[in-house]
Amino acid sequence: MANPVIEVKNLTKKFNGFTAVDSINFEVDEGCVFGLLGPNGAGKTTTISMLSTLLRPTSGTALINGHDVQKDPAAVRRSIGIVFQDPSSDDILTGRENLLLHCLLFDVPNAEIGPRIKWALELVDLTEWKDALLKKYSGGMRRRLELARGLLHKPRILFLDEPTLGLDPQARENIWVHIENLVKVEKVSIILTTHYMEEADRLCDRVAIIDHGKIIVSGTPTELKTGIPEPKRPPEVLKATLHDVFLYYTGKQLRESGDTAEGGFMQKVMNFTKKNR
Amino acid sequence: MRELKGLLGLWYRELLVFWREKSRIVSSLFSPILWLVVFGGGMGTVSHVEGVNYQTFLFPGILCMSVLFSSIFFGLYIVWDKRIDFFKEVLVAPLSRVTIFTGKMLGGTTDSLIQGAILLSLGLFFGIHYSIFSVVAAMLILFLLSAALVSLGLMIGALIDSLEGFNLFVSFLIFPMFFFSGALFPLENLPGWLKFFTFIDPVTYAVDAMRGILLHLNRFPLGLDFLILGAFALFFISAGTWAFRKLK
Ligand SMILES: Nc1ncnc2c1ncn2[C@@H]1O[C@H](COP(=O)(O)OP(=O)(O)OP(=O)(O)O)[C@@H](O)[C@H]1O
Ligand SMILES: [Mg+2]
Repeated sequence: MANPVIEVKNLTKKFNGFTAVDSINFEVDEGCVFGLLGPNGAGKTTTISMLSTLLRPTSGTALINGHDVQKDPAAVRRSIGIVFQDPSSDDILTGRENLLLHCLLFDVPNAEIGPRIKWALELVDLTEWKDALLKKYSGGMRRRLELARGLLHKPRILFLDEPTLGLDPQARENIWVHIENLVKVEKVSIILTTHYMEEADRLCDRVAIIDHGKIIVSGTPTELKTGIPEPKRPPEVLKATLHDVFLYYTGKQLRESGDTAEGGFMQKVMNFTKKNR
Repeated sequence: MRELKGLLGLWYRELLVFWREKSRIVSSLFSPILWLVVFGGGMGTVSHVEGVNYQTFLFPGILCMSVLFSSIFFGLYIVWDKRIDFFKEVLVAPLSRVTIFTGKMLGGTTDSLIQGAILLSLGLFFGIHYSIFSVVAAMLILFLLSAALVSLGLMIGALIDSLEGFNLFVSFLIFPMFFFSGALFPLENLPGWLKFFTFIDPVTYAVDAMRGILLHLNRFPLGLDFLILGAFALFFISAGTWAFRKLK
């Protein structure tokens, strides 16, 4: 197994003195799904932007498929696919045109372009919508199209930044099954960020919890769940979930910054969960 | 091969966008026609320049003006693109920045040429007589002019992050380029120090060549116009490519 396709060493990003990502280290083995969890503003998207060559790291290194993101960004781009957190499809084109454009930009072999577009549309259940302008798609439909688009060129490494954000349960289930297949059958390696703990639990081989730009803890979901005190709850829900892990490690910081509106709300949630332990 | 395919993809996208925003063509023809009909028509009743009616004299200049405006303002799209995340999808593609620049540049040049061609055909109403040679040569001049100016616009767009900033900067550039090009009057009688500006203005050579091709009223040899315009185009294409390299 010890065959890392992503190696991140002391990776740091500062924006005018503000440290968004603070000297993080991790590795992802081939055919594994690595989850990056963390509260809003933790530095997940910034990390992915650096790994996908869109942002230049302030210091540290990252090797993707053996290529340095700073020294050989072109080789990195040939190895990766990415689904961005924010909408990144072109509204003025139709669904099919967006996919076709992706095939041309990412050099999908000509003979395969037609079949792959058909396959991608079926995967996310948008065949009927293929000729509608993207402007007319709902948010979730757009998301599904972008997901399918990220898979079109069959990258070895995939970055999924909150891939199932805003999807309905059926669509989410479809995507999960597909991600599992990609990993099992095609040995694709994935970095995934998400705020859905059940998603991380189901898909990820390893998880890192990141907050204020630092990795606080990492391990397999099982390791993490057994690594915290058992929550005191009725026996049928006794076992700790990844959700408990997340709150256990990130809750402290939230309480410190309790002056923000979000912090105040989260604090109430935390107090509530504490009472029930 | 990979780069060529990417280039075609980008170009194809620009053409689709242009096609879906067809109404822009109508609005882009409005101001040149106003110049020709109102300004050219009005002045034409009182003046002749170099033996032709003023309106006819004006036509090649306004043709170049319309390409000047539409080409440079194409750079606004890149400012816009940088704000929407679709551009990230293009930037993570395994394509060189040169290819991404060229795709945009060809897109903008095609837009300007389509507008230019429509306007050129309207010359029939303004006393212009065409031959196959003159149409081909005129389109070639418009191509070189718009390749140069679209590149200039894209370069500015790549370096500036706000739409307002782009507009401000470009209006400081575009009006002098228009007035010093001789689009509105013969440049002979300008005082020496003003004449200097006409020589460093790429549009001057396009206007001169266009007047030569359509009315046989060129000041410089046609070959020289082509050469200088081609040099400007190469220079701005290189500058634009450089600016795109700096885009992350
Ligand atoms: N271009 C930028 N300039 C300045 N600060 C930035 C920039 N991009 C991100 N940041 C800051 O860096 C921090 C990390 O942002 P990032 O987008 O990586 O968070 P995230 O973990 O993806 O959050 P979310 O869950 O909300 O998507 C935030 O505090 C953000 O304000
Ligand atoms: Mg994010």
